[in-house]
Amino acid sequence: MPIADRVAVRLRVNGEEVAVMVPPYKTLLEVLREDLGLTGTKHGCELGECSTCGVLVDGRPYLSCLAMPLDLEGREITTVEGMADGSEPDPLQVAFAELGAAQCGYCTPAMLLTARALLDHDPHPTRDAIKEALSGVLCRCTGYLKIFEAVELAASRGRRHG
Amino acid sequence: MLRLPRLDYLRPRSVGEATELAAKHPGAMFIAGGTDLVPNLKRRQFNATTLISLNALPDGRLVEGDIHHGVTIGARVTLDELARHEMLGSPFRALAQACGSVSTPQVRYMGTLGGNLLVDPRCNYYNQTYSWRKAVGFCLKKDGDICLVARSSPRCWAVSSSDSAPAALALNAEVTLQGVEGTRRMAAAALYRDDGIDYTSKRPDEVITTIHLPAVEGRMTSAYWKLRRRPAFDFPILGVAVAITWDGGAVREARAALGAVASHPVDITSFLAPLEGARPTEDLIAEVAEAADKPSRPLDNTDLSHYWRKRMTKVYIERALRDACGLEPLGGRLTAQVRAGAG
Ligand SMILES: Cc1cc2nc3c(=O)[nH]c(=O)nc-3n(C[C@H](O)[C@H](O)[C@H](O)COP(=O)(O)OP(=O)(O)OC[C@H]3O[C@@H](n4cnc5c(N)ncnc54)[C@H](O)[C@@H]3O)c2cc1C
Ligand code: SF4
Ligand code: FES
Ligand code: FES
Repeated sequence: MPIADRVAVRLRVNGEEVAVMVPPYKTLLEVLREDLGLTGTKHGCELGECSTCGVLVDGRPYLSCLAMPLDLEGREITTVEGMADGSEPDPLQVAFAELGAAQCGYCTPAMLLTARALLDHDPHPTRDAIKEALSGVLCRCTGYLKIFEAVELAASRGRRHG
Repeated sequence: MLRLPRLDYLRPRSVGEATELAAKHPGAMFIAGGTDLVPNLKRRQFNATTLISLNALPDGRLVEGDIHHGVTIGARVTLDELARHEMLGSPFRALAQACGSVSTPQVRYMGTLGGNLLVDPRCNYYNQTYSWRKAVGFCLKKDGDICLVARSSPRCWAVSSSDSAPAALALNAEVTLQGVEGTRRMAAAALYRDDGIDYTSKRPDEVITTIHLPAVEGRMTSAYWKLRRRPAFDFPILGVAVAITWDGGAVREARAALGAVASHPVDITSFLAPLEGARPTEDLIAEVAEAADKPSRPLDNTDLSHYWRKRMTKVYIERALRDACGLEPLGGRLTAQVRAGAG
């Protein structure tokens, strides 16, 4: 039996049902960026070693470079494009911008989503809990302090403001 | 973009179907969380043309039983769930600690216990991209014919790098495998072979369905200690799991295993015999730890120097033993010696 060139995959991304025809061996990262045009999800090592490709699956941080789309049918996938509520950014996005928690910005989408997952499970995390939650996402620019402070600022403001 | 090779992706709905598909497609591999397999495939460390996903199976996601009757863990329970599972309290803590020490939170949300037990043994010359390996020269484990670590060796010395494997040995765990020829249950230790390539006795069509932790009689404590460069990310370059059952203040039985010092998890239980029947004093623990590092023979094929990994083995055995005995893990004599040596 020859290997299927393309298979139909139905995903739920940022609250929308999408159907794509893709090779079955494409990772979620490739499908998001190349087939769905969602380039907010970044690619770094592509081997599970940096988490810059992080997305949320059912509210938990997943590595899209290792995740296989066919296994994610029926699950809720959130990318950084899905964080804002219409034109209103997530409080984390506001806090990151205010405090300069992004420099080159490459790790920022994954940092934001990972922090979102943390705050959704633990609205007022300790500094240690923030460090642990974000420990998988490598940032080579900020030194992390501003990121921790931005998460704390967003936590202090609650889920949505305005 | 580093991509997977062309392959078929099958999603069986039962374990029976999964094993039949594996038997029908030679070279097929099972995929659970994919956190070990996908990077390895991207680096072309295997020739698989078919992946058989275990993620559409209806079972394998439960933790059942209790300390007094034994605990049964589905192979697809994630490392994150196990790291914080209430059933893995005091007696089985070593397994929770081992699962919780695997890599990053992200990998622990995705990775499963079954996959963790079967991590492909690692080596600095092997866990590299195809082009890197081609440039340096391929090795015995994939595409080549010599071992680049021990050039005159007829075998591969890739390192068993699973955190849960030594914990499973120390806790006397068993695994159930289901294949086309039937179901068998074996001691966790029997899952492994001392060979960097042919590292498991599991047949290619067999699925690990469950992991069993035996019932605990009386009081039992356990601990897992892990050496690595970056605590937030890295594979173990040494792991020590210890489990002790107690008669009052005396040790009834002590079991232990080492990870990442050989191609298989190494049982060092026989070296703990002096503890049996004794009240573990500081000195006794240090003496036992000092002798129990004998089977640790790391080679120069992982992170940090093999000299240091050997040097730290007894220190980590001491820490794990002290931890399981309720003593301050870092307060022992062997830790003090390395501190003095380093200072
Ligand atoms: C950056 C990084 C760091 C890591 N650090 C660590 C670490 O510190 N410690 C550690 O132990 N591991 C580490 N890993 C390896 C891996 O993430 C974990 O071991 C994980 O538990 C593997 O589980 P999985 O479900 O993702 O396995 P998969 O990748 O899906 O599978 C691994 C192997 O097991 C087989 N398999 C899986 N489930 C079954 C089953 N039920 N029956 C039969 N065969 C099965 C697969 O065929 C494959 O051969 C790391 C990985 C990465 C990317
Ligand atoms: S131990 Fe030798 S044969 Fe095995 S992976 Fe390393 S270099 Fe290759
Ligand atoms: S790109 Fe996925 S972990 Fe680095
Ligand atoms: S801001 Fe540059 S990597 Fe984090």
